[in-house]
Amino acid sequence: MKKRGSFLLVLLLLLGMILSACGGGSDKTGGESSKKSEGEAEAAKQELKVNIKTEPFSLNPGLANDTTSASVLRNTFDGLTRIGKDGKPENAIAEKVDVSDDGLVYTFTLRDAKWSNGDPVTAQDFEYAWKWALDPKNESQYAYQLYYIKNGTAANDPESGVSLDDVGVKAIDEKTLEVTLEQPTPYFLELTAFYTYFPVNSKIAQENPDWYKDAGEDYVSNGPFKMVSWEHRDKIVLEKNEQYWDKDNVKLEKVEMLMIEDVNTELSMFRKGELDWAGSPFSALPTDAIPKLKDEGILNIQPIAGVYWYKFNTEVEPLNNVNIRKALAYSINRQAIVDNITKAGQIPAMAAVPPSMFPENEKGFFNDNDIETAKEYLQKGLEELGYKDVSELPTITISYNTDEAHQKIAQAIQDMWKTNLGIETTLENEEWAVYIEKLHNGDYMVGRMGWLGDFNDPINFLELFRDKDGGNNDTRWENPEFKQLLINSQEEKDPEARLDMLKQAEQIFIDEMPVAPIYFYTNAWVQKENLNDVVISGLGDVQLKWAYVE
Amino acid sequence: MGLAHIPPIHMEVLIMLRYFLRRIVFMIVTLFVIVSATFFLMRLAPGNPFTSEKQLPPEIQANLMAHYGLDQPWYVQYFDYLGKIVQWDFGPSFKYKGQTVNDLIASGFPISLQLGIEALIIAVFFGILLGVYAAMKQNKFGDYISVTIAVFGISVPSFIMAALLQYIFAIKLEWLPVATWESFKHTILPSVALAFMPLAYIARLTRSTMLEVFSNDYIKTAKSKGFSERIIVYRHALRNSLLPVVSYLGPLTANVITGSFVIEKIFGIPGLGAHFVQSITNRDYTVIMGVTAFYSIILLLSILIVDIIYGLIDPRIKVAVKKEG
Repeated sequence: MKKRGSFLLVLLLLLGMILSACGGGSDKTGGESSKKSEGEAEAAKQELKVNIKTEPFSLNPGLANDTTSASVLRNTFDGLTRIGKDGKPENAIAEKVDVSDDGLVYTFTLRDAKWSNGDPVTAQDFEYAWKWALDPKNESQYAYQLYYIKNGTAANDPESGVSLDDVGVKAIDEKTLEVTLEQPTPYFLELTAFYTYFPVNSKIAQENPDWYKDAGEDYVSNGPFKMVSWEHRDKIVLEKNEQYWDKDNVKLEKVEMLMIEDVNTELSMFRKGELDWAGSPFSALPTDAIPKLKDEGILNIQPIAGVYWYKFNTEVEPLNNVNIRKALAYSINRQAIVDNITKAGQIPAMAAVPPSMFPENEKGFFNDNDIETAKEYLQKGLEELGYKDVSELPTITISYNTDEAHQKIAQAIQDMWKTNLGIETTLENEEWAVYIEKLHNGDYMVGRMGWLGDFNDPINFLELFRDKDGGNNDTRWENPEFKQLLINSQEEKDPEARLDMLKQAEQIFIDEMPVAPIYFYTNAWVQKENLNDVVISGLGDVQLKWAYVE
Repeated sequence: MGLAHIPPIHMEVLIMLRYFLRRIVFMIVTLFVIVSATFFLMRLAPGNPFTSEKQLPPEIQANLMAHYGLDQPWYVQYFDYLGKIVQWDFGPSFKYKGQTVNDLIASGFPISLQLGIEALIIAVFFGILLGVYAAMKQNKFGDYISVTIAVFGISVPSFIMAALLQYIFAIKLEWLPVATWESFKHTILPSVALAFMPLAYIARLTRSTMLEVFSNDYIKTAKSKGFSERIIVYRHALRNSLLPVVSYLGPLTANVITGSFVIEKIFGIPGLGAHFVQSITNRDYTVIMGVTAFYSIILLLSILIVDIIYGLIDPRIKVAVKKEG
């Protein structure tokens, strides 16, 4: 009896499900068609729906350290400066910037701007936000972005005994912010547009330390949009901030940001019209789909400041020999890799600094797939190391983290080194965290890595290799001349002369070849045709401030 | 025995109670072993929650390690963890700043639970239906069709099934949304995708046990008495054929209601499933511990419940009698 009853219940439930499913289905088609006609009538609803792929790490500018958080924060907050449509920093909350002759003291005069709750944006809000991020007890992982400020590094280290009061940022009055730097930093106004430098409403943050954890009354921002809802791991909704000082230039009324991990799903939703954008920089396109999108003529590609490279551990034989490293680097056919494997219009890299910073680097310092030169270098290297023949070379291990694209690239390069130079290699893949740890510990021979610029300056890509023990060097390579050029470039006030120094440094870097650059990254995406003025900077950052639907 | 003066009915209750008590103690011990093993395996894995492509300056690493107590000796951390787990406090997530593991479970589990229950209903109902049908039409066309569906369901991985369903019902026919978790109609495709594998398995299980039961004497007797086939199937055969299905339901339920990583990823569902996989990639220690403990509890509980149901529907098994010999 009992069993029979439950059987009936199941049946009923199922029937209900099927019925409601049908009901829902017809309902939906009805809803959709009415929506469509409504859309046509109004012609341009200023709304945007994108996929940001994952839950942002944190929407507190002082804690954020990832591109997902950045795509939200850049649209909800406004820094002292903002990267303009032309890619150059322009004044935002700062109305006027005065720089001292030695380049060490910046005085910012703030405009009359308001937070989304109507509070004025004050110099204290900046001072508070920066010191908060530098306070070791707040565990900001990106606090080092503020290390350019005097005593920033020391204040972030509890052992140093330097207090936050000694940090070189001071609110002279409500509208004047004085910033003292550790050393002249020619690109400081680029940095003030970066999210770690955004202000925080100090009045609210002091009262409610948890203000940033959810959307609500206490989550206030000072940028083009304000966040009205945040369903964790599901959806963020932004609306136009009516308190924004430059609100006349903001046209979108509403932005929905979904968090769907699967890039194939994202593309399907775009195709069905459930999303207005698919791909970078919010998320990514599935590699397999790119050729088809290209054929359809709807794919957008834009180079960004990022490089994919193979690092050499310069302390193990035979990679301790510069000629062997050069032979390996010269004999890679990069064009074949970007054409057949990555497919998103990546640019073969024969330089370290992306072309968006040094346009001439589109050509690079040497020729792609230059097998003749590579063979000469190989011969020289073998002689220097005392090997008679290439077969005597120790087997080289290529490491990468487990991923289909990395694997294909590694296999291609393995094949190129074998056929072009006769060098034997083995492949080794590891899970991400294991891989990173091995690389940082120098426990590898050749390993893949990528680097994306944080701000628009070549130093970003070169200073990684300034110190042998630098956290992101990994190659154990160091060169006194290279190092001195980087140090001098910080002091140089003439921008042309400074870029020249960096260029020289890059030349040394390429001559020494501690890494073999493979390609420069691109952003690839598809978007609704009637969407305009979504601004993507050379770094690949996205801003919706000026975007509108036609 | 000293219990001899207690009336037999009370005796049975007592034995039952003792059985449950023993089961619960056993559960706690199992849980302890699982949690400890997870803790040590997790710590043996290279890397930490702050491992990233852009390596952090050493002073920031040190701050973070100190803040989360990761600079303490392992035994301090271990006993800290055990203490917190007893209080059902798994601590903050490393990956989702400002959210605790309890928050993640509280927001993700109801979603996975709903999805799981829908999938279970589909799997059990259609699985049994298909199984019974196949058994009744043994070696006929209907049987072959059912077996084909079952083999298909077991061998096609869920991500392909999910993509296929999306393609047919969302993109081509436009009956249902592609993804996201909003209304009931958003739940249909993921529950069907999730249900397919267990459905096929249940169908096969039901078919084979049903055939076995059909060959028993009591069914033959019933048949010879002239009962209609329907009565024989529903009244006699089905009940006994369902026993293996019920025991399979225990682990299945635990599995399905705690969320599937693959299905939730493809359909963009903010359930619990993702945490089981992503927390490990992220080395999000607290989340790893939290979801493992949570899953273990659900699994152990559903096995216990299955054992109880077993006792209720199988006349040959009385929980107490069986266990006490």
